Amino acid sequence: MITLNVNGKRMQTDADPDTPLLWVLRDHLYMTGTKYGCGMALCGACTVHLNGEPARSCSTTVGAAAKRQITTIEGIGATKEGKAVQEAWIANDVPQCGYCQSGQIMSAAALLAKVKRPTDAEVEAAMSGNVCRCGTYNRIRAAIRAAARNVK
Amino acid sequence: MDKFEIVNLSRRDFLKAGAGLTLGIVAPGAFAQGGPGQAGGTAVAAGAFAPNAFVLIGSDNAVTVIVKHLEMGQGTYTGLPTLVAEELDADWSQIRVEGAPADASRYNNLFFGQMQGTGGSTALANSYEQMRKAGAAARAMLVSAAAERWNVGPESITVARGVVTHQPSDRKATFGQLAADVAKLPVPQEVKLKDAKDFVYIGRRAPRTDARAKSTGTAVFTQDVKLPGMLTALVAHPPRFGAKVKSFDAAGAKAVKGVVDVVAIPQGVAVLANDFWSAKKGRDALGVDWDETEAFKLGSNEIMAEYKRLAATPGLPARREGDVGAAFASAARTLEAAYEFPYLAHACMEPMNCVVQLAADGCEIWNGEQFQSIDQGAVALALGLKPEQVKLNMLYAGGSFGRRANPHADYVVEAAAIAKATGGRAPVKLVWTREDDMRAGYYRPMYFHTLKAGLDAQGNIVAWQHRIVGQSILAGTAFEGMMVKDGVDATSVEGAANLPYAIPNLGVELHSPKMGVPVQWWRSVGSTHTAFSTETFLDELAAAARKDPYQLRRTLLAKHPRHRAALELAATEADWTLPLQPIRSGDRRGRGIAVHESFNTVVAQVAEVTVRPDGEFRVDRVMCAVDCGVAVNPDVIRAQMESGIAYGLTAAKYGAITLKDGAVEQSNFHDYMPLRLAEMPRVGVYIVRSAEKPTGVGEPSTPVIAPAVANAIFAATGKRVRSLPIKI
Repeated sequence: MITLNVNGKRMQTDADPDTPLLWVLRDHLYMTGTKYGCGMALCGACTVHLNGEPARSCSTTVGAAAKRQITTIEGIGATKEGKAVQEAWIANDVPQCGYCQSGQIMSAAALLAKVKRPTDAEVEAAMSGNVCRCGTYNRIRAAIRAAARNVK
Repeated sequence: MDKFEIVNLSRRDFLKAGAGLTLGIVAPGAFAQGGPGQAGGTAVAAGAFAPNAFVLIGSDNAVTVIVKHLEMGQGTYTGLPTLVAEELDADWSQIRVEGAPADASRYNNLFFGQMQGTGGSTALANSYEQMRKAGAAARAMLVSAAAERWNVGPESITVARGVVTHQPSDRKATFGQLAADVAKLPVPQEVKLKDAKDFVYIGRRAPRTDARAKSTGTAVFTQDVKLPGMLTALVAHPPRFGAKVKSFDAAGAKAVKGVVDVVAIPQGVAVLANDFWSAKKGRDALGVDWDETEAFKLGSNEIMAEYKRLAATPGLPARREGDVGAAFASAARTLEAAYEFPYLAHACMEPMNCVVQLAADGCEIWNGEQFQSIDQGAVALALGLKPEQVKLNMLYAGGSFGRRANPHADYVVEAAAIAKATGGRAPVKLVWTREDDMRAGYYRPMYFHTLKAGLDAQGNIVAWQHRIVGQSILAGTAFEGMMVKDGVDATSVEGAANLPYAIPNLGVELHSPKMGVPVQWWRSVGSTHTAFSTETFLDELAAAARKDPYQLRRTLLAKHPRHRAALELAATEADWTLPLQPIRSGDRRGRGIAVHESFNTVVAQVAEVTVRPDGEFRVDRVMCAVDCGVAVNPDVIRAQMESGIAYGLTAAKYGAITLKDGAVEQSNFHDYMPLRLAEMPRVGVYIVRSAEKPTGVGEPSTPVIAPAVANAIFAATGKRVRSLPIKI
């Protein structure tokens, strides 16, 4: 049994330690907000936080995640940056198909937790690992700016 | 408005609340040709009423709009409810959305005859009157119920923002308070729709109904479906199209913990497990021997060589105006160009997947369901059922761009085949990995175009000959009879055969060679290639005649006021005549323009491009003008223009699926690259004012960006782009 700390809660799984965290979250713990997109850390749809740092859960083993605090889209609204990002996403009507947006939001929330007022270049660097095939990028930029203003 | 929240009603709760009503109210067999006019009967249950198949009003004051189209990002779960809310005078906060079940007798696409499905940028356009009438009928019934309750004339009653009011006596009621009374009333046969001047929602921003669910990870996609006892299936597909399983060794796969079964299906070998990762490990351990005697083994270069050979010969005529031969003979000069287009994958963020559960009397499917009538028919055929025994649950789709409306229902049938092969003992979720999805075919076809034009001594275009070579998308599908005329697939030549420019002698010809690569429509279909060749070639002709490319288009579009208005709007917003200054020394900048109609919507774009000394380019800014009739949801229109630009620019910069000896060379986002945030241009969207019926916006922005960018690259560098993806 592996014990995980997910969104502040203790959870247990009997998955093999080499199983990607993504599939433990989705198939074992039934937390399906974190998405599968590529399996190779190329698209960012599976982004979660490990000790506050953005990480691609498709390429992080559950064994490696066991000793860290895992935050997912289901829990990010409990942080002030996460809440501000989610509200900005809604106010700016960012999502289209929506499948990538959990990952986008996790990357954006991690950025704002570190940098209060990110520059365009900092936004570009922080979001470079997250793909959106619907092309919501300009709204993502606008929403991150709005969220940065609104973090209380 | 700000507090709007979509409630993710489960299918079961919804059925409890209202299915009996909606079923009871529509006369069996009546096609929903515009809503209440076709409806009969009365609502029977207390506490809620459903005036037609599209609206359900509960005693809890919720207005549930049944949307017959797939929400795949394009905003139909916002657009169609806007139409209902408008005529119902509901408050936006009380709107809920529910995907329609598969039932073409009520939920057919009015532009597809009796078929139910989403595509061709038709969702809002075909629903415009139908959904408004549905809302107006419900409103009329609420007014009647209030008039009866208060014993006043219906004409003295007003409805606004979800409140029914009798002003003289200062009485008010919510929809929910009237729902039980309304349920006893007959559904009106005739309803009056609002004048445009009275619109309160149409033309204004309505927050997306799906934004909160999609920003909190709670929106349910097929990938997220979990049924009791469900198994996850991964399939080993053949390495080449047309190959089949010769034999397989399941021992290694079955030794993997969590793997439950390994079965052969017509599409390959399926490994079923308790979860995805076990199924993946099982598939990795599977040994399959493929029979490749029937496999397609050509490479992209060989296919293109064959297309070039064909292009030297006359094709089937798709359009003929004037006397092209004579015009070329008398032309002062002639220009020619040839264009190459690769296969393109759709690469939706959510790779294809599908959940199937067999039952004694049919089967139930959960899917980002885009083409109900096709999928029902194909699954019924595969399972020996009647189409109506195939129950479809339409979930949010993580993108489609055409992919999920597969004329052969490929991945849906594959999921059904696995359920069948395992005897239906457990519900099955078929999951394609990104690599499976990338290599599964059903690409935008490869094409080769030749264009030739004749100019007179003054530089006027007197002759135009366009020859297109590429696989037919519709051959061998249910649409062949309807849309392939005299051997010409309409989707191969759209955008070329209806070229709007005033050119007196014009010919368009088509070759449709057969290749063993599965092909399909891809966001904006034929226009993905015809817009590029026609709009860049016209630019060449402008340069050859020393004319301004914008002014030349304006002149040639004198008889096409919609094209011209969009073109002028884009050019004006882009300050077309002002010179562009390089930001860094060594950079070259250029501005390019293109205009194109697809799906009855006209889009014009001006792209501003910077080309660096090393040949890398970036698109700095795009000014996009669109004429899509009445702008029902302006912000959704803006979003779709931005989206089409991103999708089209991705293909222009990077998009190519290539084959080597028949095998697809790309597999994931490292070699089939998507546009990323830093590369997204600034986009300004300008909507042409129009009182015409709305036309689609999901696709028409896509084909315009590549020619606009290519023309901008020419303006910056003097180099013409004649092959995609762009290499300078």
